[in-house]
Amino acid sequence: MDGNLDALTTVFTEFYYWVTVVFMFLIHVGFCMYEVGASRARNHMHTLMKNIMIIPLVTVTFFFFGWWIYWAFPNFWFFGGSIDFEAGAANLPWSENMATNLDDRITGVFWAAFLLFSWTAASIVSGSVIERIRSSALWVHAVLIGSVFWIIDAAWGWHYGGWMVQKLGYHDAYASGVIHAIAGGYALGVIMVLGPRIGKFAKDGTPRDIPPHNPWMLTIGIFLIYTGFWGFYAACNVPAISPEAIGGQITGTTWTATNIYLAPTSLSAITFNFLMSLSGGLMAAYVVSKGDAFWTFSGGLAGIITASAGNDLYHPIQAMIIAAIGVVIVYNLHYWVERKFKLDDAVGAVAVHGYAGFVGLVISGFVLWGAPSSPYEGYAAINPVGQFLGAVIMFFVLGFLPGFIVAKLQSMAGVLRIPEEVELQGLDYAEHHAYEDAKAAIIEADKAALAAKS
Amino acid sequence: MSTIGYESWAVDLADVNAIYPFQGWEMPMTIIGVIFWLAWHRIQFVREGQHLEEARKMGEKEKIDKMLERY
Repeated sequence: MDGNLDALTTVFTEFYYWVTVVFMFLIHVGFCMYEVGASRARNHMHTLMKNIMIIPLVTVTFFFFGWWIYWAFPNFWFFGGSIDFEAGAANLPWSENMATNLDDRITGVFWAAFLLFSWTAASIVSGSVIERIRSSALWVHAVLIGSVFWIIDAAWGWHYGGWMVQKLGYHDAYASGVIHAIAGGYALGVIMVLGPRIGKFAKDGTPRDIPPHNPWMLTIGIFLIYTGFWGFYAACNVPAISPEAIGGQITGTTWTATNIYLAPTSLSAITFNFLMSLSGGLMAAYVVSKGDAFWTFSGGLAGIITASAGNDLYHPIQAMIIAAIGVVIVYNLHYWVERKFKLDDAVGAVAVHGYAGFVGLVISGFVLWGAPSSPYEGYAAINPVGQFLGAVIMFFVLGFLPGFIVAKLQSMAGVLRIPEEVELQGLDYAEHHAYEDAKAAIIEADKAALAAKS
Repeated sequence: MSTIGYESWAVDLADVNAIYPFQGWEMPMTIIGVIFWLAWHRIQFVREGQHLEEARKMGEKEKIDKMLERY
């Protein structure tokens, strides 16, 4: 760190990402609350454990290989590219940069910001499969989506040198596709193989609602997700950088915040757009669901996700309208898919994340048509075809296909779903039996003590 | 002797890089970490299988009914 300005910038950047990581932890807290609230009492502890253990499993694997993939894969295979071992070297688990190192104060916090996105991707899948998947099966999916597939998509489409950005003009500033579409697509692939919960569909195929055990827990959960999502937005930016450091086509000496592609934006802009897209989503969901509380709250989230691809550049009113359009599409698509394909997406994750992310990418291709995708020369501009292809790559190629194939293999090996008897008595059967037995024994003992005194 | 390579902080920090113990052992540490991770999956997978197999035979109808009613 030579000079006061460099030192200040480094320390500010280090602190900035650290704060975003702490905020983003609330996303996981929110997902846990949402899942537990949506599950029935007989599955609470297993549902919670299933999501909590995503944290360590994705963390260690993201340390071992996920972070390396991000730096080594931006041009893998495509257009004459290959694995970039040189860029990846500093991000290998045995690199000195991946540890306590006074000469590198950024890698740890930047790694952590990406890692929290990884938890989110895995947690999205976790919600859709509650009450019937084996934890061991889900945790394999968590590692795959959290430390392999999403980070490949990030290398391709969420990296300043990614091939999708260069060739397709792919633009996804706050991760409509790179987190939400891929995780929703992955969840869809898994639930197609996993099947619905017992009782979800009547014999004639009519879907039954399985109401949440604790609606208030769901409500607080989704509000925590909103809060963490704000931190997520900040984490997607580079907080302060000079044109010289970017090294692109920007002229002059004005420092700026940038998106992940090093193209200029500001925290102020994304704050406008975050709140307006949240509002558009809430309002549209309220109308389309006729005031259903949970669809309204989820609609707020789906609204933000729909607008996220372009929320670095949109006008706030555009963000609001795009969010509202997305929510109407997502809501209708969710029920159509449920009825048509008999799919049980327990928390609406495929719709809120997957469909909203896909639709958001497509819309941004039209609204931002011709805008530069990057500050570097020779990159394709943002365009509808590039955004549509990007959405297909995220949702189907890197999301749906791996989820479906791995779940199919697990199903063939008989290690995907819990036995029917266990599903009926609940995953927490042992804890509940022990609890009920202990309760009965202590009540009996107290009564005996009271009788002895009188 | 110091495990981190420094016995005093009377140094110019501009010249300081890694300060964790046992530098040079990163590769063996990685191997140990990966084994720990994979072993965890294996242990959990086996235990869950046994647990679910026992659970299939465990249910007492009265208690299950109570659980279903409790929602």
